[in-house]
Amino acid sequence: MADVSLDQAQDHHAATVAARRHFLTRFVIYGLLVIFAAIYLIPLLVVVLNSFRDQQEIARNGLISLPRSFRLEAWGQAWSTYCIGGTCEGMQRNFYNSLKMTIPATIISTVVGAMNGYILSKWRFKGSEALFTCMLLGVFIPGQISLMPWAFILGNLGLSNSTYGLIVIHVIQGISFTTLFCRNYYVSIPDDLIKAARIDGAGFWRIFRKIILPLSSPILIVTVIWQFTGIWNEYLFGVVFTSGQQQPITAALVALTASGTNVRAYDVMSAAVLIGALPPLLIYLFGGKYFVRGLTQGAIK
Amino acid sequence: MSTLTIRSLRKNYGAVEVLKGIDLEAQNGEFIALVGPSGCGKSTLLAMIAGLESVTSGEIRIDGRLVNSVAPKDRDIAMVFQSYALYPTMTVRENITFGMESRRVPKSQQDEAVKRVAAFLQIEPLLGRKPGQLSGGQRQRVAMGRALVRDPKLFLFDEPLSNLDAKLRVDMRTEIKKLHHRVGKTTVYVTHDQVEAMTLASRIAVMNQGSVQQFDEPATIYNRPANMFVAGFMGSPAMNFLPAELGEQDGHPSVALQAADGKTASLPIVQTLASDTPRQLLLGIRPEHIYRFDPDLQRRKPSIAQINAVVELVEPTGAETIAVLRLGAKEITGRFDPDGTPRMGETVTLGIDMARACLFDPTNQRLI
Repeated sequence: MADVSLDQAQDHHAATVAARRHFLTRFVIYGLLVIFAAIYLIPLLVVVLNSFRDQQEIARNGLISLPRSFRLEAWGQAWSTYCIGGTCEGMQRNFYNSLKMTIPATIISTVVGAMNGYILSKWRFKGSEALFTCMLLGVFIPGQISLMPWAFILGNLGLSNSTYGLIVIHVIQGISFTTLFCRNYYVSIPDDLIKAARIDGAGFWRIFRKIILPLSSPILIVTVIWQFTGIWNEYLFGVVFTSGQQQPITAALVALTASGTNVRAYDVMSAAVLIGALPPLLIYLFGGKYFVRGLTQGAIK
Repeated sequence: MSTLTIRSLRKNYGAVEVLKGIDLEAQNGEFIALVGPSGCGKSTLLAMIAGLESVTSGEIRIDGRLVNSVAPKDRDIAMVFQSYALYPTMTVRENITFGMESRRVPKSQQDEAVKRVAAFLQIEPLLGRKPGQLSGGQRQRVAMGRALVRDPKLFLFDEPLSNLDAKLRVDMRTEIKKLHHRVGKTTVYVTHDQVEAMTLASRIAVMNQGSVQQFDEPATIYNRPANMFVAGFMGSPAMNFLPAELGEQDGHPSVALQAADGKTASLPIVQTLASDTPRQLLLGIRPEHIYRFDPDLQRRKPSIAQINAVVELVEPTGAETIAVLRLGAKEITGRFDPDGTPRMGETVTLGIDMARACLFDPTNQRLI
């Protein structure tokens, strides 16, 4: 009996020590996380605050300081009236350019990637693995390398300085990624399903529509988010292959900061930057959890 | 009427020969089991019958029609997979009608067929559910429903019970047997479980390393295995093989083998032997044909021969007791009635039923 109570006392002691240690490690971990999150978020906070501050106030108190004024004018200017390189239409045209480029390029590259993935995982043929390996190379080749060839191709197609040219580039540059995503996801769908469907009399397209596609939403969400943000944020091709009114918003933002008159309109710039960043931000906000889920989840639970 | 005929069928993957000339046939309504260890080619053979794998050479005929290059959907077959392969995003009803939908069967006919099959397999309450909400046994039923609804010429089963737990497997085995009785369709059933093959099939094809070792009725496969592979594969615990020498005792042919005490025991042979029978051979005895000797037994079974053995290990299973026995340098297993269980370390006089013994030629492993 005495032994038992002694043991209990010791157990209790050990438990409090363990709890204290646990608390300490938690404290350190969360402390570090808060610091890193702050480092990451403060620049964003500065930009957001500056977009609502008065230009004169910014000039007086400096770029980094707490706001003393609040106004929305900068957003309106950035959207529709601010002058960039002679035209005073704000960012709206470039914003629409970006949408016109990003939406079709995202849809087309995702559809092609899903088809490729379906074929490369479920309808393998002689040399399909080699083909897949070649397509994978596209993932590792940096965009700059293909600048010259693209200039040549767009020139010959008559698509220089147009949104359509950028769509072509982004679709083709994106196929490596979308194919990789979809193929690796479809590999986890059991082949028996395809065999059963073939015996059931379904063909290539019917199997894709009725069996593969309904299982695909996690990976399609991942692919769409990946492509949308990637294409929207892309800058190099936009600035090289388009100019002026044809430019996507990323290229226009640079033009905006470069088109300096005397005073740098930090308030308008901040608003413009945020307008440019808004679509990918919103996509992550609403699709983020599906993104993580899609990357970690197999096809069949 | 539906028959299956396979003639000298071969399959190569590059340089690897997976099937080395298979000959098989199934009469109308027959239940054929393909059984063998993993990698023997039985699943490949089934996939070729289904049309999911191409034929390297040879013939597959369904009802006399050569189907070597006919697409799976046009072979008039239905298949049940080991993984069930139910379409995960469809309800049970949609799973069952998917094939008819593909073939553009009118809606009213589909509904009727679903009703008939669901009643037959007692899965009506499950029709609205998704496969993810079903238990293993229910999925199994739905998979069979999907096959049944087609009313095909040929049923193909690819290890349909391997994913079920032991008890359910026995239940579903009975169920499949009943189903086959009622439907009476020609069936090819792949399994690695020799008990399933024995209980279900009207004929069994035992396969090893890409060829059929023996194709016959279950009783023949069990009692007169064509070679040592079949003898060793069918039956659990496996058949005992004892090296023995052909001799003569009291004018009768007999085999001599080592007993526990180092002496040579001579066991009379019941069957008649050809004159070119080799002197050195292997005596094959199934564990259930080894008894504890007593004179009473010999009166009932005159073919019982005596030999002494030491009991090395006893494994009671409840219904019977498995004992490991030492005969000279060899260990053999015997199955005993729990009442007459030998004790560990004891030297027992065994009664071996020589009428049920098999003799094998050690050079080519064939039955003599």
